[in-house]
Amino acid sequence: MKHRTECRLSLRAAGLLARLLVCAAAAGGIALTLPAGIAHAEAPAGKDNWAKLRPALFQDREIDPHGDQLIDLVTPKRAEDAAVVPIAIHMKIPQTPDRYIKKLYLMIDKNPAPLAAVFEMTPEVGRADIETRVRIEEYSPVRVVIETNDGKLYMTSNFVKASGGCSAPAGKDPAAAAQGAGRMRLLLDGDAHTGQPALVQLMIKHPNNTGMAMDQVTRLYAPPYYVKHIDVLYGGKTVMSADTDISISENPNFRFYVLPHDGGELTVKIVDSKDMQYKKSLRIVAK
Amino acid sequence: MRAASCVFWASFALLAGVPAAAAIAPLPMERIAPGVFVHEGEQAETSAANRGDIANIGFVVGKRCVAVIDTGGSAAIGAALREAVRSRTGLPVCYVINTHMHPDHVFGNAAFLPDAPTFVGHANLPMALAARRDSYHRSLADSLGEQAAERSRLVPPTKTVASTLLLDLGGRTLELRAWPTAHTDTDVTVLDRATGTLWLGDLLFVDRIPALDGSLKGWLTAVAALRQMDPQHVIPGHGPPSDNLARALDPEAHYLERLLTDVRRAIRNGETLSQAVDSVRFDGHRPWLLFDDYHRRNVTAAYTELEWE
Repeated sequence: MKHRTECRLSLRAAGLLARLLVCAAAAGGIALTLPAGIAHAEAPAGKDNWAKLRPALFQDREIDPHGDQLIDLVTPKRAEDAAVVPIAIHMKIPQTPDRYIKKLYLMIDKNPAPLAAVFEMTPEVGRADIETRVRIEEYSPVRVVIETNDGKLYMTSNFVKASGGCSAPAGKDPAAAAQGAGRMRLLLDGDAHTGQPALVQLMIKHPNNTGMAMDQVTRLYAPPYYVKHIDVLYGGKTVMSADTDISISENPNFRFYVLPHDGGELTVKIVDSKDMQYKKSLRIVAK
Repeated sequence: MRAASCVFWASFALLAGVPAAAAIAPLPMERIAPGVFVHEGEQAETSAANRGDIANIGFVVGKRCVAVIDTGGSAAIGAALREAVRSRTGLPVCYVINTHMHPDHVFGNAAFLPDAPTFVGHANLPMALAARRDSYHRSLADSLGEQAAERSRLVPPTKTVASTLLLDLGGRTLELRAWPTAHTDTDVTVLDRATGTLWLGDLLFVDRIPALDGSLKGWLTAVAALRQMDPQHVIPGHGPPSDNLARALDPEAHYLERLLTDVRRAIRNGETLSQAVDSVRFDGHRPWLLFDDYHRRNVTAAYTELEWE
């Protein structure tokens, strides 16, 4: 617990994910030696995580709080399952070479590792929309900050009622969940047309362990084991990439757009926390 | 003799840290068949008012000893069930069987610790309970209040069943069967051979909406296998007992099959998880109790299972 609360956040964004993760892992390890009641009595870490995250990620840069003018953030008011909370982020502007969203930060303020993912976007995705599923440990704001190519920051957030998503046991069938990590599916939603962003679904088989749930076989806290980086290439060029963390649900699932052209292969490369690399491709030809 | 027996049991009650035995009212029981007693829980969520008395629990009396089957959602309900046993027989409780991991079926186990029974459950149950210990305790405290929840402890099985297991109660045999992942990954059914009474735990919901916490396809497979059995008496995990297994299973099977069909269709149509949760509504469907509390969650669970087909 001590490690978690003393976790210093005055790091550059690049190092933040790793650092937060170490904190979460330490918390899991320490919880092992504490009676459960005490561990949880002290658990409300991150009550003011945004106050810590903000300077770590954005220093004293100005953030426009009326981000809902550009971002439509769709979340359930109350989650059906705190370990699988669907999040949809729709942008109200298209990606053009002149004006585009170049970064998207997804945060769950009160999660042990609040920064769920950071996406780097290019105009080649056509739309900077993202849909995914996250774990939510306690009632918390879900927060999105975007950076546009002119360097401006915009923020919006929704409050979501959910609890226990990070410490929940992995999956409903742990034996089945452990099989085939890294297997991917890449699907195109409908036909691809030149100039019209095409919706792509990426499904990754991966337990994405938080390190906070007890391993059902060893009865110890399994170390975190999760997808940490995703690269999306189209026609050999990186069009989007993401750093992802333990707040992303088991079997990570993403929907995003890509702007089809006269033929090219969409390739997704992922790296997990054991540095295992996986790759999947899909040919997208515009009609 | 009776007075001596009272003192005898009261001393155990003191050891267990429960208030004097006289303060505990025995749970009302229904005799389903000779030596088979069931208490039907409320069709509700756990609350301070019902003390977690929301599942069907009961016991079977042999010539040598008694087997308790599920113990209710709190130590208080477990203690009231124990009083119901005591009011009917002086035989010891030799087995406490849990049909699965859910709190409304297991939190009363602690009340039977003074009897030093063998606690019996699915081979996956020890790990399932260990993994959920904290969250189960937290939600019990949220529902009942800290004080009422305090004495309720998760007591894991001391004997587990991976396929089948016979338990001898003296002139009476219980046949336990462990199921592959269905309602949960810890489902066990209990057949009392003497009377043909089948305890299904939450593999069977009657009137109350089935809650999916395992595998939809696994549950449908289990339902098909259950249809091959021909018991005289059927005890669901929730809802009234009956004498006709096929008829008791029909509404649940219909719900699960429709869930499978509709969620598969939503996935095929490219609906996202949140769109499917909104679109798979079962309008005009047979009214289930607690539908609004569980249906959307069931769709979520079904979707994440079926999207990998």
